[in-house]
Amino acid sequence: MSFWTRHQVFEKNSIILVVGILLVIAIGGLVEITPLFYLKSTIEAVDGVRPYTPLELAGRNVYVREGCYLCHSQMIRPLRDEVERYGHFSLAAESMFDHPFQWGSKRTGPDLARVGAKYSDDWHVTHLTNPRAIVPQSVMPGYPFLSKNEVDPETIADHMRTLRTVGVPYTDDQIANAGADMKAQADPDNAGSDAFGKRYAKAVVRNFDGKSGTPTEMDALIAYLQMLGTLVDFKLYNEKANLR
Amino acid sequence: MSQPSISKSMTIGESGLAALFAVTAFLCVIAAAKALDAPFAFHAALSAAASLAAVFCIVNRYYDRPAALPPAEINGRPNYNMGPIKFSSFMAMFWGIAGFLVGLIIASQLAWPALNFDLPWTTFGRLRPLHTSAVIFAFGGNVLLATSFYVVQKSCRVRLAGDLAPWFVVVGYNFFILVAGTGYLLGVTQSKEYAEPEWYADLWLTIVWVTYLLVFLTTIIKRKEPHIFVANWFYLAFIVTIAVLHLGNNPALPVSVFGSKSYIAWGGIQDAMFQWWYGHNAVGFFLTAGFLAIMYYFIPKRAERPIYSYRLSIIHFWALIFLYIWAGPHHLHYTALPDWTQTLGMTFSIMLWMPSWGGMINGLMTLSGAWDKLRTDPVLRMLVVSVAFYGMSTFEGPMMSIKVVNSLSHYTDWTIGHVHSGALGWVGFVSFGALYCLVPWAWNRKQLYSLKLVNWHFWIATLGIVLYISAMWVSGILQGLMWRAYTSLGFLEYSFIETVEAMHPFYVIRAAGGALFLIGALIMAYNLWMTVRVGEAEEVQMPVALQPAE
Repeated sequence: MSFWTRHQVFEKNSIILVVGILLVIAIGGLVEITPLFYLKSTIEAVDGVRPYTPLELAGRNVYVREGCYLCHSQMIRPLRDEVERYGHFSLAAESMFDHPFQWGSKRTGPDLARVGAKYSDDWHVTHLTNPRAIVPQSVMPGYPFLSKNEVDPETIADHMRTLRTVGVPYTDDQIANAGADMKAQADPDNAGSDAFGKRYAKAVVRNFDGKSGTPTEMDALIAYLQMLGTLVDFKLYNEKANLR
Repeated sequence: MSQPSISKSMTIGESGLAALFAVTAFLCVIAAAKALDAPFAFHAALSAAASLAAVFCIVNRYYDRPAALPPAEINGRPNYNMGPIKFSSFMAMFWGIAGFLVGLIIASQLAWPALNFDLPWTTFGRLRPLHTSAVIFAFGGNVLLATSFYVVQKSCRVRLAGDLAPWFVVVGYNFFILVAGTGYLLGVTQSKEYAEPEWYADLWLTIVWVTYLLVFLTTIIKRKEPHIFVANWFYLAFIVTIAVLHLGNNPALPVSVFGSKSYIAWGGIQDAMFQWWYGHNAVGFFLTAGFLAIMYYFIPKRAERPIYSYRLSIIHFWALIFLYIWAGPHHLHYTALPDWTQTLGMTFSIMLWMPSWGGMINGLMTLSGAWDKLRTDPVLRMLVVSVAFYGMSTFEGPMMSIKVVNSLSHYTDWTIGHVHSGALGWVGFVSFGALYCLVPWAWNRKQLYSLKLVNWHFWIATLGIVLYISAMWVSGILQGLMWRAYTSLGFLEYSFIETVEAMHPFYVIRAAGGALFLIGALIMAYNLWMTVRVGEAEEVQMPVALQPAE
């Protein structure tokens, strides 16, 4: 009987009730979230993983803005069919510079974690402009307006500076040259291409949308899609390195 | 500040809030002028206009009101504050219909992609957050505001705390919805599921939410009853926990204070865990604890029976809020999240089945001795069926959280079906039932305009739900099986696009189910509108104001 009488302390004191609620709901989150900032397997560093180039970052922002994650996941599970369909299962390190993460929760369309280098740039331009021109049964919206919107090389350094504050290790060199790098990545004839290539390992320099002039959102999005999942060389990756 | 007479003067709240809004309007004009992007300029201008409107409303209200503020009691009876409740009830119905309509549109887009029109602001990716936010936070949120303000007053037998504060909460909350919703259409989003609003909308919501907590808590502190009624525990847990979740999941650094874009402080795996800690408990506390509070007040009231078991309510309250918080990782099975976290999430999700059914049993058994009312009262039937749907979804949820089941169900339409059996069946129906009770009570009408229309609403919406969830079960399981199907030679049997093609008939059936649900809501809106309109004549016969209908 005493338990029920004792419980009255919560029923008769609103502040004690609030404190009780706060204590009870705090436990689960603390136990599950806090270790993720310390465990080796969740903060592992893997060779090849680098922050996004300015153009890829702009493309990722288009991806975020258009809500692509609502239909496309970026998280390959270690299940036989997924590994065969999409490639090596996703590593924690591969999204360590993602603010926000875009793992997604639904596959109305296929997973995109390793879509990079699977299709040509032309394929992406045509597909993004009108998906049904290439895949007749597709239910994806068309994004013809991406080719018309230019990305802004002036402000991208501010974005990188913000990301550095929240933990993405951009160097001073990368931030100082952000605008130039953005133009250089979309223009193979640009004098700055070599310097850009040195700042970002494995970054691809191409005219992604096939049009000259200031890079468009189409350039940026395709640059992002083409690098997804290509940074880690799984021939060299040591699966055991982060076990303990 | 001019004072027309000596006895009448502005309260500190009135003058302070008006001054605060005047300053805000000024700051918003500056922000609009210096904005770096068009959506931010639009939102700053909108906020400036809204702040000016707020100043005007506060001053205007001051000139219209008598010298004394409304008394807390009249003739020894609490003088309940019904204004904010009426406002939220109206907005709930408005946003409900808007949200169901957008849901129908995006369901149709998946069946007929031409409906995306390939314009930036009409694509599925931008409309889908509009749908989820409109139904969860706009419709559900307004129902929770309206019912919580009603229940806390009635069960504490005291007038709602604050004069302007409750109005600030309900209007401010709806302004948040407006900013968030227009933002999605303009491409302003964090792209964190169910936490899409950008940094400035999040900041505004924080202010509104803290005020909500203060109004609610102060009303409880002022109570005339020794015990805090069980529904208020659930409302309190909902308000407090949503505040914690919102703050934990949304810390973001704007690129510029004059721009809409921000970057979330968490990255990668930590962001994923924070997100689903938030996301699953938005379900657990917004869509469950809050609506269980509705169940605990409206079902006993409507059935005229006491709550089945007081002890069960204590046990299931603490167990529910303790266990729910752990369940988030079941959204991240087989991902890069460590195995131990996934297993913890699964284990607690399965345990969660028990307190969930504790709540269901407590709700259903309250009908003991009054089951016959289901035949004659379609409102009670709606409330009871909602609890049955609650029981069904809270069985399905733990089942889907088992890793083997999840390996099939995750990423498929099964998840969508599961969510909608909870959202349409449980949250939708319990909200409809509560509004059917609340509108006649708040507007002081003897009864609803038509019980026959409630009956039509019930059956049309139920049919819609059945079509919706069965289509999604079939398509989800089909999709999951097709993805993992192998030929006898050991190759994957289907290309991805073949699985997309196979979904088409189910997407059509789902859209039809959604259309029925929308039609039901339109019938309801008409019924409630007529209740307020036509019920007028009966008001004269009821001299004692603001008593619940018998």
